[in-house]
Amino acid sequence: MQTIDLATTTLRDLNATLQATKGQTNATAWEIVNPKGSHALAVGLDAPIEVTVKGSTGYYTAGMNKQATVTVKGSAGPGVAENMMSGTVIIEGDASQYAGATGNGGLLVIKGNASSRCGISMKGINIVVHGNIGHMSAFMAQSGNLVVLGDAGDALGDSLYEARLFVRGSVKSLGADCIEKEMRPEHIAILQDLLAQAGADAKPEEFKRYGSARKLYNFNIDNASAY
Amino acid sequence: MKDEQKTIPQTVPRQSWTYSQEINSEIRRAAATGIYDIRGGGAKRKLPHFDDLLFLGASISRYPLEGYRERCETKVVLGTRFAKKPITLDIPVTIAGMSFGALSGAAKEALGRGATLSGTSTTTGDGGMTPEERGHSKTLVYQYLPSRYGMNPDDLRRADAIELVVGQGAKPGGGGMLLGQKISDRVAKMRNLPKGIDQRSACRHPDWTGPDDLEIKILEIREITGWEKPIYIKIGGARPYYDTTLAVKAGADVVVIDGMQGGTAATQDVFIEHVGQPTLAALPQAVKALQDMGMHRKVQLIVSGGIRTGADVAKALALGADAVAVGTAALIALGDNDPHWEAEYQKLGTTAGAYDDWHEGKDPAGITTQDPELQKRLDPVQAGRRLANYLKVMTLEAQTIARACGKNHVHNLEPEDLCALTVEAAAMAGVPLAGTSWIPGRGGY
Repeated sequence: MQTIDLATTTLRDLNATLQATKGQTNATAWEIVNPKGSHALAVGLDAPIEVTVKGSTGYYTAGMNKQATVTVKGSAGPGVAENMMSGTVIIEGDASQYAGATGNGGLLVIKGNASSRCGISMKGINIVVHGNIGHMSAFMAQSGNLVVLGDAGDALGDSLYEARLFVRGSVKSLGADCIEKEMRPEHIAILQDLLAQAGADAKPEEFKRYGSARKLYNFNIDNASAY
Repeated sequence: MKDEQKTIPQTVPRQSWTYSQEINSEIRRAAATGIYDIRGGGAKRKLPHFDDLLFLGASISRYPLEGYRERCETKVVLGTRFAKKPITLDIPVTIAGMSFGALSGAAKEALGRGATLSGTSTTTGDGGMTPEERGHSKTLVYQYLPSRYGMNPDDLRRADAIELVVGQGAKPGGGGMLLGQKISDRVAKMRNLPKGIDQRSACRHPDWTGPDDLEIKILEIREITGWEKPIYIKIGGARPYYDTTLAVKAGADVVVIDGMQGGTAATQDVFIEHVGQPTLAALPQAVKALQDMGMHRKVQLIVSGGIRTGADVAKALALGADAVAVGTAALIALGDNDPHWEAEYQKLGTTAGAYDDWHEGKDPAGITTQDPELQKRLDPVQAGRRLANYLKVMTLEAQTIARACGKNHVHNLEPEDLCALTVEAAAMAGVPLAGTSWIPGRGGY
């Protein structure tokens, strides 16, 4: 375990050090102390390394992550794991708005709650939130899975494309073109796998699945009132 | 009585200015369909433009340079504020962002080829970076858009500069829509969406709102790319003074200001024609913002929207831009709206020069289409050569004017070299009305 102290190291040096591990084959463990809510921590990583941040972080933690496992032992600011490609990001506390925005792949686990627009425009990422999520989550979500053990706020899945949404608790309201769908065996299997990966103690059968009604996929003037 | 009536003079049938034939046809079209008109391109209405400005040329008090003998430099360096690797262009004309999806792969390749032959950059669009485009573009600007279609850190690092798109002149405040008929297998895969559905491009970025967030977003992109790449911020000509100020505050290396003549792949006609400001009005406000912050020439300014000739280039530079970008004109150079295809334009109910249904994917010139057969009509090598020729002519024209004004670099052109033909243009450009020393809005009246 190698430690980087942000009280004595610049953000640039921190990210450059972590990004320089690209191409190395030996998994390496890194610990970051004194993050003090810094923005853009551990962004653009591209190696199977393990990074643990001891404290809370600001915007865009682990942005565009590839391969790495980044764990925040605190809460994360807006846009955590935005546009993640692969790897795993784990937030022990809560996450602010836009968590996992536009993510293409990998797994984002939020052990607390996530704020509004969680999974906005997601493009293949898997997100598991142990707590609740805020309004407009999964807005224009294209693909991937959003799993919520708690409740979802207003307008869940508004203008949804092909992402799958699984919610165990209540949904305050569904957004335009988002509907409850049948939970088939393949969905139970997906959910079981994600819950296991996220260390979540929940049964897939307790969840409801939501997806796109696909009525807004091609512009139709008769749907104008839905916009 | 009847004979008397025959001799009464008749007035010529008078068309209403308010209810013109064009307006009436739109009312009939709307009544028949119940949907607004979608089209590509920029504002078609007559607007105050660079045509309303003239260069004064040299005189007893100004010393000209010898054409064909004395050098007039055209080199432009972009991204000198923060980027470790600023980009250098041989000419002050760049290619504006246009997407693969809206354009065919061959068209994107041709843009890259033409730009590279001319020593300038080309720009990706919504939909991501294609290998053809990267491969044929020596200097490629990668757009970072609200949709983030195809966005990934590897392409960010492969880019020579990154353009964070906040808005565009054709539709400030609007998103986009690529209709299903243009969503081929490849376009669908790059955007991670099913084939054949309409693909919306959001009007707002998904993970930042406001200039304070934008500053942090830029920090993240710089951290991912090692602070190497120039970061552009592209804004539509809505509130150019304040948007330029905020873009600089947020950390931009380069500001791109796009007036309402700037094109789009597709949006509502009402949006294109009624939202935004003309390029001539937007540019001086952006320049003033930079000057008021002491950042003019430190943060470079690119202007786009209706740039067609070397005269336009020279006038834009004289008003304070560092470079211009061309989109619609570049497509015309490739072969868009060419009278060669007139018979086919007629079949589509239009005519060469007026064809703007780019979103329908039926472009006879094979440029704004994903139809495999239509695409074959565009040879990317020949089209790239045409674009290079056109860019060369624009540069020569700008140099000709600059020499006539006594400048040994096109950047030395200045507002004092200009006068305006109309009161409106004088007020917008901040240069005197021809034959007077009057700049409307200045000097107390």
